[in-house]
Amino acid sequence: MSNSNSGSRQFDIDSIRADFPILQRKINGQDLVYLDNAATTQKPSQVIKSLTDYYEQTNANVHRGVHTLSIEATDGYELARTKVAKFINAPRSEEVIWTRNTSESLNLVAATWAEANIGEGDNIVITMMEHHSNIVPWQQLAFKKGAELRYLAHNDEGVIDLDDASKVIDSRTKIVAVTHMSNVLGTINPIAELSARAHEVGAVILVDAAQSVPHMPVDVQALDADFLCFSAHKMLGPTGIGVLWGRTDLLEAMPPYMFGGDMILEVTYEDANWNDLPYKFEAGTPNIADAIATGAAVDYLTELGMDNVWQHEQELTAYAMEQVLSLDNVKVLGPQDPSLRGGVISFIHDTIHPHDLGTALDQQGIAIRTGHHCAMPLVRSYDIVAAARASFYIYNTKSEVDAFVNGMSETEGYFSR
Amino acid sequence: MTGGTSGLGEMDELYEAIILDHYRSPRNTAPVEDPNIDLEVNNPFCGDEFHIQLKVEDDTVSAVGITGRGCAISQASASLLAELVEGKSSTEVRTAVDAVRRLLKGEEITDEEADVLGDIEAIGGVRKFPVRIKCALLSWVGLDDALKDHLSK
Repeated sequence: MSNSNSGSRQFDIDSIRADFPILQRKINGQDLVYLDNAATTQKPSQVIKSLTDYYEQTNANVHRGVHTLSIEATDGYELARTKVAKFINAPRSEEVIWTRNTSESLNLVAATWAEANIGEGDNIVITMMEHHSNIVPWQQLAFKKGAELRYLAHNDEGVIDLDDASKVIDSRTKIVAVTHMSNVLGTINPIAELSARAHEVGAVILVDAAQSVPHMPVDVQALDADFLCFSAHKMLGPTGIGVLWGRTDLLEAMPPYMFGGDMILEVTYEDANWNDLPYKFEAGTPNIADAIATGAAVDYLTELGMDNVWQHEQELTAYAMEQVLSLDNVKVLGPQDPSLRGGVISFIHDTIHPHDLGTALDQQGIAIRTGHHCAMPLVRSYDIVAAARASFYIYNTKSEVDAFVNGMSETEGYFSR
Repeated sequence: MTGGTSGLGEMDELYEAIILDHYRSPRNTAPVEDPNIDLEVNNPFCGDEFHIQLKVEDDTVSAVGITGRGCAISQASASLLAELVEGKSSTEVRTAVDAVRRLLKGEEITDEEADVLGDIEAIGGVRKFPVRIKCALLSWVGLDDALKDHLSK
């Protein structure tokens, strides 16, 4: 059976690794083991080449140009949009809006749709495991509008209680804004169920897909989402570019986010009116090169097949969870069952602080993240102030997991000397 | 000591024996009775936090208590600070803080300052790990600011 997520290229780890120049680097004299993929992923030479090709061969401003370079740049920019639309199964490519990153996509919805649709006494529902970027815009909007910010609770293993959710989401709920996958707990949230509940009460649902779109097949129609946000740099693409996908009817009714060139249809000295989607939300010269390179990243992932990407990460996560949980003195946050989570493992050590662990692993060439992971309220809810986090991607191997676990043991030895 | 192929030997400058000793057995952690300086300092970005109490009588630190949680560097540095300030005049404390700041910036300190710091000079090993300098300085800067406020009252 043909499946758009099955890929045309064999998932061969050696040939994948060969595409990533940075994996040749030595860090502190050791082979780089890059396990900070939830923060940002490395870039394959196909994406890097897309950037240099653009600047060497095509660079021009997009739209309205009649010369060859401008036409090519415009075609490349718009082709990348259609690739992204197909990648998330958006019904129309005009529903894909380029932003700077997930944060800007979230802020755009808060400043436009939510600004126009949320009033005093209404409520906004988010989870207790959101990234700061999906907390603070809603807090600020709630303050401004006299609206209520409500939280969906999760259990000790980081799993949302859907019975509780059906009570928290009520007739005054205007928007449910939830992460698809927690960047700290690894939890994969039941978006389709939450969409159904949101729609039942007439609310819209926004999905923070920064940690899901890079790692698993995501279909905005199957999720029945209204808005979905993600960043290119967490999925092999460049920094500085992200995506807001939204339903056409919602986007059309929304006021613009920024004003300027490209987003207008007609301007007089007295007034202006707005361009069609998606341009209404893309004021000014856009990030052309990075949009095209995002298209190259999507091509790369599509060739591998998102089913295969997900399967690889699930295998690696299960392998890593088993090893990490076998270490004495280590506690893993979030679901203990690997099948309930993505490739993000946050953990704490009984005696070694995350920053000491991070420095010690870096000495061994192993890059992990330490700190609050931009989710201070969540991390503090575990009565800790920081955690260490290892997160995986397509180029990580079981032997890298072994190196990481061995590095933890070496570090324990060092600090107990 | 350690190291070998793992590369951890390079960390010995950061985690000198005295640092690990102070981390495991922090000094002067008992609460101070009737403190006239009492503050909380924290670095929300990495989660290091301290509760610092001082009793300053006749311009001399007669009692100090520092408790906190965080990484080995921040906790050891605070313990070294707690040990240093006891019995010192406010001027001596502020001079020591200034010397530690310069030490961590990689600047020279005088022989007299080195004498005052004693074992604390070990903290200078943090210089090679620039992202960790803020860990070492947090308690020192917090105490210095509090002392400055106290003196201006």
